[in-house]
Amino acid sequence: MMAHATQDTAIRTGRAVRMLIYLVLVLFALFYMLPLYVMLVNSVKPLDEITGGGMMNLPQVWTLAPWAKAWSSAQIGVEPTGLSPYFWNSIKMVVPAVAISTILGALNGYVLTKWRFRGDTILFGLMLFACFIPFQIVLIPMARMLGLMGLAGTTWGLVLVHVVYGIGFTTLYFRNYYAVFPTELVRAAQIDGAGFFQIFWRILLPSSGPIAVVSIIWQFTNIWNDFLFGASFAGADSQPMTVALNNLVQASHGVKEYNVHFAGAILAALPTLLVYIVAGRYFVRGLMAGSVKG
Amino acid sequence: MAQAANADFKTRLQTWLPKLVLSPSLAMVLIFVYGFIAFSVYLSFTDSRLLPSFGWVGWENYSKLWRLSHWETSITNMGIFALLYIGICTVLGLSLAIFLDQKIRAEGFIRTVYLYPMALSFIVTGTAWKWFLDPGIGLENVMQSWGWTSFEFDWIKNRDFAIYTVVLAAVWQTSGFVMAMFLAGLRGIDNEILKAAQMDGASNWNLYRRIIIPQLRPAFLSAFVILSHLAIKTFDLVIALTGGGPGRATELPATFMYSYTFSRNQMGIGAASATIMLMTIAAIMIPYLYAELREKK
Repeated sequence: MMAHATQDTAIRTGRAVRMLIYLVLVLFALFYMLPLYVMLVNSVKPLDEITGGGMMNLPQVWTLAPWAKAWSSAQIGVEPTGLSPYFWNSIKMVVPAVAISTILGALNGYVLTKWRFRGDTILFGLMLFACFIPFQIVLIPMARMLGLMGLAGTTWGLVLVHVVYGIGFTTLYFRNYYAVFPTELVRAAQIDGAGFFQIFWRILLPSSGPIAVVSIIWQFTNIWNDFLFGASFAGADSQPMTVALNNLVQASHGVKEYNVHFAGAILAALPTLLVYIVAGRYFVRGLMAGSVKG
Repeated sequence: MAQAANADFKTRLQTWLPKLVLSPSLAMVLIFVYGFIAFSVYLSFTDSRLLPSFGWVGWENYSKLWRLSHWETSITNMGIFALLYIGICTVLGLSLAIFLDQKIRAEGFIRTVYLYPMALSFIVTGTAWKWFLDPGIGLENVMQSWGWTSFEFDWIKNRDFAIYTVVLAAVWQTSGFVMAMFLAGLRGIDNEILKAAQMDGASNWNLYRRIIIPQLRPAFLSAFVILSHLAIKTFDLVIALTGGGPGRATELPATFMYSYTFSRNQMGIGAASATIMLMTIAAIMIPYLYAELREKK
């Protein structure tokens, strides 16, 4: 592959080589689409078509029954509730966690760029490193702490956890964004007598739209997709979607209903996938900012 | 007089306000991150089992840990997984980025397709690949029903090969992201230098080898750091794809820590394994973050 790649440049490429490049690109596009195709196509066919060796085929009989079952009547743990209650658990956890961590990130970014003080970079470094720790190192004390705070097994406990381990990234986004915002405007407003919050509210916030979208999308995707914290700290009535999906798929009793599993997997993927399709540009910006600190 | 005092209070408030606003976040990070790290590291030197206990046992948990075949399996798997995952993602990501950089039609669409796995939960990814690779209903069965009756592909059920299915699913999930990192790097390269080198008769191979790829060093570094920390943290994918099995064939340090702490009630050993994971990541991340933040000043 490298050999083909390096025979070309952006400037001059022969016809044959270009065809080859297109071929490789299309093959990999198929590779990336494969699991999505498998999930979609098998979520709308009866179980016997899957077990009969037809996983890659289009359904002979189309049915939405697996979706209905995954949503409202599949056995999750001991209850035949389907995934719907867990879907709402995830929503109840994600919305406040995203809102709080984004607001805190915006304020932190504002302070760290426009009200700098000695040692602010070190403090920021401490916040940033927190994003990369293996969360296994905090699981034991966090379980104790949530217990002490009376939040064990609750949605609010999970909100707290996600806010704590999310503010490093949200602060990073806003800090990098505000760093290139003209400080003269802030100083001028200060001289005119504007206070700390006035400046934030009237001068920085109105132009923070794009980075707020980046932060919200990043946090939404990360928190919705989290499994470790959900599996460790959620109670029976606060389990998020990912944990419920895993329980559905790993259940060892009865017939394995692959079509229901695939429908459930799509249900769990749908919110983040929709966000990606609608606003993928911002998601990629968040990803890149998280890797190339700039 | 009172007015002056009031004004004085106001200016003082203004100077303290920024730090006041920062302090809740800072307090959270100090307690929930650094305080908790200290607590977990301390527990790794105690005789904690079901619950935290404070009987000091020195390095005993660590020496027990390194004698456990279960941990040895996890570490060996980690080595295989990290090497292949980082290596394949880097080569694949760079190659796809170079291909996509050739003024490709529908580039935006292809990029979207390559990157969407990053928006999915590892539990979803794991579920999809688990059944696709399952010999009973997945690839093997499909190939046989298509007439290739001798086709066999049972890696996910095979102790010696199951770890490679974890690599496959993880590469599928992240390689598009690595591609995007390299593509951003490629777009930042000055075309004038390339044109000058072309005038001098440099072949395309040499252009990439001598000029373009060396200039991608920052992208290589970022990719390595991000991929290695993701590799060490891999947990959900293994849980969903193989559950650590067959047997213990796909256990990684993250799953080891989880089962020792929460199912086997060996909290001291679990904390010791978490400490080792943290130290490994810190050894990679701290120099990287330090360099990144220092450059900015």
